[in-house]
Amino acid sequence: MKVERLLWLGASVLVFAGFIYFWQLISDYRWVSPVFLPGPDRAWQALVRGITTGDLLVRWTATIERMIYGWLLASLAGICLGALIGSSERARAYIGPTLELMRPLPASAVVPLAIALLGLSETMVLAVIAFGGLWPMLLATVHGFSAVEPRLYEVSRALGLSRTAVIFKIALPSSMPDILAGMRLSLTVALILAVIGEMLASRDGLGSHIMLAARAFRSPDLFAGVILLGVTGLVSAMLLSWFESWMLRWRESR
Amino acid sequence: MNALMRIDPRGMILPVGLIIVAEAAARLTNLQSDALAPPSDILLSGIKALADGSMLYATWQTLANAFAGLAIGFSLGMALGILMGLFRPLNRLLEVTVEVLRPIPSVALLPVALLVYGFGHRMEFSIVAFATLWPALILTRSAIAGIEPRLLEVSRALQLSLGARIFKIVIPAALPRIFVALRLAVGISLIVAVTVEVTTNPMGLGYKMMEASQGLQPGLALAYLVWVGMLGWAVNGIMVLAQKHLFGAAANVEARL
Repeated sequence: MKVERLLWLGASVLVFAGFIYFWQLISDYRWVSPVFLPGPDRAWQALVRGITTGDLLVRWTATIERMIYGWLLASLAGICLGALIGSSERARAYIGPTLELMRPLPASAVVPLAIALLGLSETMVLAVIAFGGLWPMLLATVHGFSAVEPRLYEVSRALGLSRTAVIFKIALPSSMPDILAGMRLSLTVALILAVIGEMLASRDGLGSHIMLAARAFRSPDLFAGVILLGVTGLVSAMLLSWFESWMLRWRESR
Repeated sequence: MNALMRIDPRGMILPVGLIIVAEAAARLTNLQSDALAPPSDILLSGIKALADGSMLYATWQTLANAFAGLAIGFSLGMALGILMGLFRPLNRLLEVTVEVLRPIPSVALLPVALLVYGFGHRMEFSIVAFATLWPALILTRSAIAGIEPRLLEVSRALQLSLGARIFKIVIPAALPRIFVALRLAVGISLIVAVTVEVTTNPMGLGYKMMEASQGLQPGLALAYLVWVGMLGWAVNGIMVLAQKHLFGAAANVEARL
């Protein structure tokens, strides 16, 4: 029932609106000091003001740009390296354990090293985003390549395909679900690291914006920034999952 | 996970080789750097920091914050996940709220927590709690949805109360998959705790690393980096072992967010 689904969705939106109204009540009746928690009205005003004056808009685009550049770098490097490692049994045996060792390292832990090497620069922020986003991509690609149905490889041998042909015609398409899942994870990581990088290196962006707002006790500006970051996370995840189901539409038709 | 238990000598060539090359390169070029240090120097700084207890104290701080936050966030998320998994209407009513709040990056709340709590334990574990709540909720909900429906029918036929139904039927049946969620959340809690420390909170491993790096002690900073990696690896290893030990073959489920 399509109608029923829409009704439930509408009810769900109402519940969300109810939570926002409750937030408004909290600030109206001063249950929590407005220094810490401004009402949604004031956060919204700050948001509108920031966007109309262009101040917040510039920072927002800066953050999104960093996130996307870092993510694209990470995805490209992750898929290429993953394809190289994943398509050869020998490379997996030699390089795999090192990757397993590096994997649990939090990407933010390399920030001090990155700062020492690259300074508080734009390059540093991008390098950290790319490094952090690389792991989910790399591991997903390696996993996808090693999970390819072995008979497909046999077929490719029987057909005498070259190694590049095997990668592009068999391995990449069949590991697409893993790669797309890795890209989704990697994008989340990229947003987090973009914010961290901006906070630490004071590059102009939403990360530094909310940090400065908190230090100056300008809580409406702070919440406006948090809302924008939430929207960024939500929209980017939605876009990517649409892209994912579009790319994988062949799976449902089976 | 087999790679974790069985050591393939071929896999050791690369890391060992890299360490030797790094050492040789540092010695040959007579490295004078504020950012890099030869592996032997890293090892010595690490041993020194371990011996004087500063590294262990920082480890304790980080782990305490990570696990306190995990305890709060995971149990809240699990409780919500169980309720939303059992009661479909509740799940549908909260759908929009969950989907809107979930993608807020946890670090975005860093300044908020800083404003409310100032520096210290509370701001750190509140962020860890937020970060671990969502995977706990989502994965518990899907674990409940994966329970054999006949078990729930049995519980209805026996007219069990809600509490008895949750504790006697639902939780035991969903436990293997909830444990997978816990394993994921433990990793997240450690990562978030270190992130908070690197970024703002002056305590724990992340801060120590930042301090050593800014104090131009690259050997010590890198020793902390290696230590954080080892810690993450050990914690994950313990969780994998516990999972195998506790659930046996039922442990072979994968978490997908």
